Amino acid sequence: MTDADRPGCVVVGASLAGLRGAEALRDGGYDGPLTIVGDEPHRPYDRPPLSKHVLAGELDAHATALPQLCRLNARWCLGQPAVALDRRRRSIRLADGTQIPYERLLIATGARARAWPGDGADLAGIFTIRTLDDAHALRAALAERPGRVLVIGAGLIGCEAASCCCDLGLAVTLIDPNAAPLARLLGSVIGATLAARMRTAGVDLRPNTKVEALSGENGRVRRAHLRSGETVGTDLVIVALGAIRDTEWLAASGLAADPGGLTCDGACRVLSTTGEPDPAIYAAGDVARWPNPLYGDRPMTVEHWGNAVDQARHAAANMLAGPAAQRPYRHLPSFWSSQFGVNIKLAGLTEGADSLAIVQGTRASHRFLAVYGRGGCTVAALSVDQARWLPAYAEAVAAGMPFPPVLGATDQPRIETLAPGFPPSRPVSNGAPLTRETAHA
Amino acid sequence: MRVVVDLNRCQGYAQCCYAAPEHFEVRGHEILFYDPAPPEAKRAQIERAKQACPVRAIEVEPPGLSAEDGR
Repeated sequence: MTDADRPGCVVVGASLAGLRGAEALRDGGYDGPLTIVGDEPHRPYDRPPLSKHVLAGELDAHATALPQLCRLNARWCLGQPAVALDRRRRSIRLADGTQIPYERLLIATGARARAWPGDGADLAGIFTIRTLDDAHALRAALAERPGRVLVIGAGLIGCEAASCCCDLGLAVTLIDPNAAPLARLLGSVIGATLAARMRTAGVDLRPNTKVEALSGENGRVRRAHLRSGETVGTDLVIVALGAIRDTEWLAASGLAADPGGLTCDGACRVLSTTGEPDPAIYAAGDVARWPNPLYGDRPMTVEHWGNAVDQARHAAANMLAGPAAQRPYRHLPSFWSSQFGVNIKLAGLTEGADSLAIVQGTRASHRFLAVYGRGGCTVAALSVDQARWLPAYAEAVAAGMPFPPVLGATDQPRIETLAPGFPPSRPVSNGAPLTRETAHA
Repeated sequence: MRVVVDLNRCQGYAQCCYAAPEHFEVRGHEILFYDPAPPEAKRAQIERAKQACPVRAIEVEPPGLSAEDGR
């Protein structure tokens, strides 16, 4: 068998994680055959601008194609989803029947937007924001100037979409079951600061309620029916209820996969349903659930940009390393969001936090650095328009410093500690942890 | 050409905006808006912006790569 006939490395998921993983294989010296499979017809593109500048009409959706950072010399199979994995034959099957054999496989199939789960899902005028095509279609619909946009779910995507619609001068209603926007991520104390900005911008913000059903006329959505019995008129609905991991195609693979993710060991090798690592298969990005040593090996999935890049590079390095040289993947989750004129950045995990302290700036000024504590340890740091302070506090988070961490240049004589106001945790269904925002409906 | 900025790293120093003002812009205190697909003719400016970034947050596709891999 010549080198060109070897199956080589296969990457499933032509995404940020898939692209950075493929690059890392080449950077790591791998010069055999490389195949990249993607369900969408597009080359890898960047998602963060889709819910911001693309909706605002400042960027064409197709302008978000990601830079490729080194020569890949890859075979691209785009526009066909992988539908099955046969680990015994070391082969994946695409929807059109194509079989793609592999020696090493990197699974980076990510997640997809959760569709509207209630009545009225078949009406026209209901959108999600996940893919390039989603954003392109939504942008076109917003350009037609709908009379009122309804955003369901005040997580990151819902808030960013509401912000864009406001900037476009459209009337916006934002509905969420929690007391404040971003309450699951940041707590309702910080959420209240954002709520104030939203109301100043003219958003009709409706916390503490739910959309029970959507209804329409002539096949188009016209009304949302709330749990409170109220009705909201609308011409366009943006459903921002989080994401579901793309793991259905692995159902018969014998791997430990469910809607909450694909379970891996610390080195990002996937595990079988009996808990054995498959030495030929790795996972990275939104889909990968791995034990993070930074959190006492607690299994977690991290649906953020930085994790897609770092985990894909890490998994690729392990793919090229021998069994004795597998390194554990250690990651401090972090994200950014820009909305309603402020830049929001978080480092760490706020989950389970019992205290909050503003350590630089003030909430009233809407420029501050806040830290979250849990059991006396600092677990997360949040910057609102104070990004230059964040790295120092992110180090305190990674080091598990006592809460609140007192770093050199604190500009306050006394640090006030508050209860962060997180909503109660959600019930767990089918043993699979729910993704953020998904308990809305 | 293709550009991406790691906005986890970006701290709004705005040096890119001086190097390539048509393609990088800071809004409000520190929100960076940038052009992910500037014309190839602006490569020298974009490379200057990349070099000027104090936190090394800007990544630029080297010339000719997409064409090589366009199969």
